Amino acid sequence: MRIPILKLHNYLLVSIQIDLDDQTAIEFQEDLLSKIHKSGATGVVIDLTSVDIIDSFIAKVLGDVVSMSDLMGAKVVLTGIQPAVAMTLIDLGIHMQNVPTALDLEQGLIKLRQELEE
Amino acid sequence: MSKTQSCVHIKKEWDIVGARQMGREKAKELGFGTVNQARIATAISELARNIYLYAGTGKISYEVVNDMNKLGLKIIASDDGPGIADISKSMEDGFSTSGGLGAGLPGVKRLMDDFDIESEEGKGTTITAIKWVRK
Repeated sequence: MRIPILKLHNYLLVSIQIDLDDQTAIEFQEDLLSKIHKSGATGVVIDLTSVDIIDSFIAKVLGDVVSMSDLMGAKVVLTGIQPAVAMTLIDLGIHMQNVPTALDLEQGLIKLRQELEE
Repeated sequence: MSKTQSCVHIKKEWDIVGARQMGREKAKELGFGTVNQARIATAISELARNIYLYAGTGKISYEVVNDMNKLGLKIIASDDGPGIADISKSMEDGFSTSGGLGAGLPGVKRLMDDFDIESEEGKGTTITAIKWVRK
């Protein structure tokens, strides 16, 4: 199963709405990087509102995709992390400190605009 | 003490998702709240991935435990894999032999209430973890 990646002006928007297995997560990583490359997008929002579990593997894939996109020159913001997911990640010992986050899609777009226009 | 048991066999990567979904369902049935459902599902995901990565195959069993006045969900992750050479090292934060985040076992211990690990090199590993329903 492929996760759809939508283009909006200079941004890419992704809403993850399925229970991510490892293979889908890795494919998503590749798809997003190649879409950034093809579209020349400068910002990406990955919305996790519908994701109710992030384990250490998925967290690593998401953290890596942020660093990889950064290398290519695109800023990524993760949005909509649920309270239960945030609590579980901290219990697991995963802090994702270098990953930009925002409350929801709207705040994520504002954050991207601020980061990219300054 | 009454118990009902069921299990999910871990043979392919997708079974990791199957195992945690089953865990979440059981947790919901037992009356766990959303946060503890997420903790249980995440713990199962870590345990199932360990089986898949290190042992290849194994199983996750679910047991409802009714101990005195306490109700809980017991997760048993068992495999006949290579076993863990140094258990105390595997329980250190940040230790991993697979290039993962190393959040595995110590993370699972923090997510659950009771945690027990038995492993013998060359014979396999059994990890038992329980989450109690808070009244």
